[in-house]
Amino acid sequence: MLSRPLHVARTLISVYYAYMVEYRAELIFWVLSGSFPLIFLGLWNQAAQSGDLGFTPAEFARYFLGVFLVRQFTVVWVIWDFEKEVVQGKLSPLLLQPIDPVWRHFFGHVAERITRLPFIMLLVGLFCLLYPEAIWLPTPYAVVWGTLTLVLSFCLRFLIQYTFAMLAFWVEKATAIQQFWFLFYTFLSGMVAPLALFPEAVRTIALWTPFPYLIYFPASLLIGLPVDLPRGLMIMIGWGAIAFIINRILWRVGLKHYSGMGA
Amino acid sequence: MKLARYARVLKLFWQVSIAAELEYRINFIVAVVSSLGGLAGSLFGLFLFYRTDYSFPGWSWSEALLVLGIFTILQGVSATFLSPNLNKIVGYVQEGTLDFVLLKPISSQFWLSTHTVSPWGLPDLVFGSIIVLYAGGQIGLEALDYLALFPPLALGIASLYSLWFILGATSIWFVKIYNVTEVLRSLLEAGRFPIEGYPAIYRIFFTFIVPVAFLTTVPAQTMIGRSNPIWLLGSALLAAVLFQASKWFWGFALRFYTSASS
Repeated sequence: MLSRPLHVARTLISVYYAYMVEYRAELIFWVLSGSFPLIFLGLWNQAAQSGDLGFTPAEFARYFLGVFLVRQFTVVWVIWDFEKEVVQGKLSPLLLQPIDPVWRHFFGHVAERITRLPFIMLLVGLFCLLYPEAIWLPTPYAVVWGTLTLVLSFCLRFLIQYTFAMLAFWVEKATAIQQFWFLFYTFLSGMVAPLALFPEAVRTIALWTPFPYLIYFPASLLIGLPVDLPRGLMIMIGWGAIAFIINRILWRVGLKHYSGMGA
Repeated sequence: MKLARYARVLKLFWQVSIAAELEYRINFIVAVVSSLGGLAGSLFGLFLFYRTDYSFPGWSWSEALLVLGIFTILQGVSATFLSPNLNKIVGYVQEGTLDFVLLKPISSQFWLSTHTVSPWGLPDLVFGSIIVLYAGGQIGLEALDYLALFPPLALGIASLYSLWFILGATSIWFVKIYNVTEVLRSLLEAGRFPIEGYPAIYRIFFTFIVPVAFLTTVPAQTMIGRSNPIWLLGSALLAAVLFQASKWFWGFALRFYTSASS
């Protein structure tokens, strides 16, 4: 009985792939607007040249390339779409279909990853030209666990944002909550610096929050920085479970509360 | 005569948009909290560099703080005046409502650039000013030094506006270009830190291609009294050229506007 879910997944991915390809030009700009890590790459690279920070310039370059890659593959925007659906009442027809609306969003995101791939390749190539000393060959261990945590961290980020999206049933601007969350995400996820450079206390606290696992953790695994793998996986699964439970409760209660246009 | 008319129109625009925004007063609390959170994050980011012995070449902690303060003020300015207006140009083109703007008996660039003002950038303006005052106190700046901030800051804002408007105007051709301004915004993030902190290629890029250096570093240097007059002159020249270019480009772009239904 596994064939139905597979069939549904394949159909949705091919539909959304076709849809995303139409907006190729727009996609280039989305990829480029993820240049935030590159700014910090420049700063840290320069800093490492003038003193000993525990990282060499090449290691910084590698780290921020890892951050860039992880960010490209884990971009999530489901809350903006979901909020629109709730506020404009577009959720109503979707509820009639024999499939949970979340899958449409989920596979839309997955399909977009595929369209993004060529642009990401291009930028990585450019990066290797600029920083040839940063090129590295990942070990099989890094490839396997790095990819796995990358997929997990996309799922975790999607799940958390989709949980915030549920609040759209009650408040008109659920995205404001997401933007506030994003502030913490920016500065605690390791986007501005590897966590090893954080003060001891901040790092200890940060490692219990979901933020580092959305960027720092998969990026470190990909480039071979030492991390506590079992503990990291446990924390990811733990936060994922919490988000999932809250999400399902809010979904049930929210649907009863839902009175969008036409419902 | 013409100027007085524009001033009167501007006053009406802003009265209406402030009245409309005040309907959502809860937003103000959200804006204050977000602004505080963003500031804490920025300070943390800067602190990460200075907690080791490293400092951006030629910039002490307080001086780098000054740059951050000016950056926060700029964020406030763009949230109040620039983004609520310029990010909407795409929408007018998409829906064809640009027709109504073009029919009005005032400059369409003026209408598009000024008709909304959003008070939610205010917290950033206030907190940014506090940081500038605090950092200035640490460095030992005089009242006159604070005044010296305004000319380069105003020139920087003029350049930023023109660049943003030009990008917005490209939506005449590329209807779905919403993200171009997003790219500009992400590049502007570089202004949080003094330009001397970047490698040479970055410095060239952020001076000549996306003039981030003129937005925060040059005003800060002018305040500390370390600025070469060449930089101020460059800033003035850049603002004048970009502003003129934005006017020319808008006129050019309008020739290709075909409205939504035709």
